[in-house]
Amino acid sequence: MKTSLNISILLLLITGLFSCNTKDSKDGNKGALASNAAEKVYVAPGEHDEFYAFVSGGYSGNLTVYGLPSGRMFKEIPVFSQFPTSGYGYSEETKPMLNTSHGFIPWDDAHHPDISQTSGKLDGRWVFINGNNTPRIAKIDLKTFETTEIIEVPNSAGNHSSSFVTENTEYVVAGTRFSVPVPQQDIAINEYKGKFKGALSFISVDPEDGKMSIKFQLMMPGFNYDLSHPGRGKSHGWFFFTTYNTEEANSLLEVNASQNDKDFIAAVNWKKIEEYVNNGGGKMMPANYAHNVYDDFTHTATSTMMKEVLVVDPLEVPGAVFLLPTPKSPHGVDIDPSGEYIIGNGKLSADLTIHSFTKMIKAIENKKFDGDAYGIPILKFEEILRGTVKQAGLGPLHTEFDGKGNGYTTFFISSELVKWDLETLEVIDRKPNYYSVGHVMIPGGNSAHPFGKYAVSMNKITKDRYLPTGPELEHSAQLFDITGEKMELLLDFPTHGEPHYAAGIPASIIKENSQKIYKLAENKHEYATIANGDARVERKGNEVHIYMTMIRSHFTPDNIEGVKVGDKVYFHITNHEQDFDVPHGFAMIGANNSGLLIMPGQTKTTVWEPKEVGVWPFYCTDFCSALHQEMQGYVRVSPKSSNLELSWSLGDD
Amino acid sequence: MKKAGLIMIVGSLLLLGLFKFPLWNIMLGAPQYPEPMGMDIYITGIQGVQEFDIQNIDGLNHYIGMKTIPKPEEMWEFNVFPLVIGGMAALGVLLGVLAFFGKVNAWLLLGWLLLMSILGVLGMYDFNVWLTDYGTNLDPNAIMKMTNLDGSPMSYKPPLFGHQKMLNFDVDSYPALGAYLMFAGMLLTLMAFFVGKYEWSKKHKYS
Repeated sequence: MKTSLNISILLLLITGLFSCNTKDSKDGNKGALASNAAEKVYVAPGEHDEFYAFVSGGYSGNLTVYGLPSGRMFKEIPVFSQFPTSGYGYSEETKPMLNTSHGFIPWDDAHHPDISQTSGKLDGRWVFINGNNTPRIAKIDLKTFETTEIIEVPNSAGNHSSSFVTENTEYVVAGTRFSVPVPQQDIAINEYKGKFKGALSFISVDPEDGKMSIKFQLMMPGFNYDLSHPGRGKSHGWFFFTTYNTEEANSLLEVNASQNDKDFIAAVNWKKIEEYVNNGGGKMMPANYAHNVYDDFTHTATSTMMKEVLVVDPLEVPGAVFLLPTPKSPHGVDIDPSGEYIIGNGKLSADLTIHSFTKMIKAIENKKFDGDAYGIPILKFEEILRGTVKQAGLGPLHTEFDGKGNGYTTFFISSELVKWDLETLEVIDRKPNYYSVGHVMIPGGNSAHPFGKYAVSMNKITKDRYLPTGPELEHSAQLFDITGEKMELLLDFPTHGEPHYAAGIPASIIKENSQKIYKLAENKHEYATIANGDARVERKGNEVHIYMTMIRSHFTPDNIEGVKVGDKVYFHITNHEQDFDVPHGFAMIGANNSGLLIMPGQTKTTVWEPKEVGVWPFYCTDFCSALHQEMQGYVRVSPKSSNLELSWSLGDD
Repeated sequence: MKKAGLIMIVGSLLLLGLFKFPLWNIMLGAPQYPEPMGMDIYITGIQGVQEFDIQNIDGLNHYIGMKTIPKPEEMWEFNVFPLVIGGMAALGVLLGVLAFFGKVNAWLLLGWLLLMSILGVLGMYDFNVWLTDYGTNLDPNAIMKMTNLDGSPMSYKPPLFGHQKMLNFDVDSYPALGAYLMFAGMLLTLMAFFVGKYEWSKKHKYS
């Protein structure tokens, strides 16, 4: 009996195997056995991935770089957070990067990376990303993969509907999630209605060097501006923002902001406002915000406090702003590659609302209005609606596109990725996500030319997907092959922090531009030591400046005497290597800031304040060579009252 | 001897390629150098294949006590070689012109080739002497003093021609474009000799 049962199970298994094999891969849901998912994500040792993915770190404040389809992480790029690995935000050169009107803010909540575009195509020059908490927009240079610029956004709070770029990177756009009094003032919170404003900031990007500056801020009614996306193609020149809390509640928003059947997508004709501003429109208002710029040649950041900003009242520019009623607190607003469909992901509903840009323009021309909000015309829902994807799932958040006529929408509550047809509005496929997906990313997803090969869903809950690591887990991303009719789950991989969106790009567009070293001959750092003979130590009052060089495998100078308790010792260290991937580290015992990791040709500075008499060592932290352990030196620290002159040496025993 | 003269002129002029292209190339690859570093040896000096190769080769060589790669002013060869090559090219062209007008016979062309070959061999000999000194005359205070199994100090002399494994490096040493142009030129002068001989005998048979 038992044997026969075993045999029948075996038979079942075998038939199962065979049926799997014979049915081929039309149905993508057969697991690794039938569909060779493993082969599809296998990037052989020494081979390169096909795509880069820049994944936001959420509360880590940083941006991580992954390869697709392997899911391997290559780098964490420090953006808004201090990063002791490299000394970012600790070194004298990079501390100004984290300066704000609130002082030094060494952390943030990094949300939505977006890659620069030219003519609606990813050009791979920069990645922009928003700091949500202390409103900031950062720019990462894709030659060095380093943060080179951060601009603070005034009159904002909760910089969430950011940082998306227009078709030619004319603007990177930042919208405020929290409306606040503008200018800030001491008023009762229940005076919210009417008194609070929502600033939508259009930050121009210099086409040559990428330098950012706030062109204008549009002062909108006090709703919550949740997400945004640019128009493209036919709708280029417009920008779309979702809103919630159009009730303008100020307490228990969970309930009070969920009462209106419909909130709005705000459609902003930025071309029109730009023209208005170029003709002298708008009002300069006093402001205080930081603009921090890092220079690749001085290897140093400077922070400038900006004192005014141009604000625009939407009522002063008739025909520039309209409100599109959209059901149930829409979260994401996504524009398809053609620029025609404006998709509202009503997060408290089961449906997706698709507006038509063409119908919107017609409704505006024919003045099909349904009243106004603070003077801004509300368009009639029926006049602009193209259709609804019915009962597609529960809690839609974000939609991306494959450039082949399909949309891919994440459903947070029902925890799934749903593929639907942009023409028929019918659901084609749905795949469970593990668990509770937030954003989905298709490389080039926010552009006119997506690369519809993979979709990455970024999940909010991990639970049992990996080996347990105590209560705190990394988040989990999932890679889908989207080349077939049905989506196929290929891979789970953990992500750092909490990814809120990612931006993907074919590796071929940027990898050849990736810089290998900084040229020493181009180093313009104020305290660089270019010629070896210039290594020296200088005293200025209680400041001691050490001009030091490092090359395999020694520091010059390596022994320094004449430093006293109470001195501020500046180590200005220049890496003299000009060879790819030969950084050196610097670590000083008792340093209250961080170590340094210095790339070939680069100069970095750390400050050390010795508190005790003695002879204190420093050393290289990056295993640079066979003689790495020999790469060390000493600083002799004498009492405050000592008269010992400064002296330094190398190699003279 | 019109044809022979022309061939001789072209052959001699090909020597001038050495002023533009390297004579020899030595590449050094290692596990941690997937993109090998390299030296291009010109008759006027040594240059890195990539911008910082010389600096990086010197940086590694200091571990085993090798001298730095010489600058042009540190070796007399880089002053003399251009004069020799230029002189031989000029002489070859002169012989070619004379041959063209039938003023010299083919044996003189062969004489040029013989002289050029002797000079070439001398050049190679000198190059090898330098390579030997470079690879064996090491700093007694070198960081790493490597020995062979029999206890003798290890030599880092790069091969004159071909591939050799040296510690973690694979060293490849081969002629480069300048040398190939020179060889082609010398072949042409040999051809000029045979053509010239034929033309000379034809002319003198019927005259």
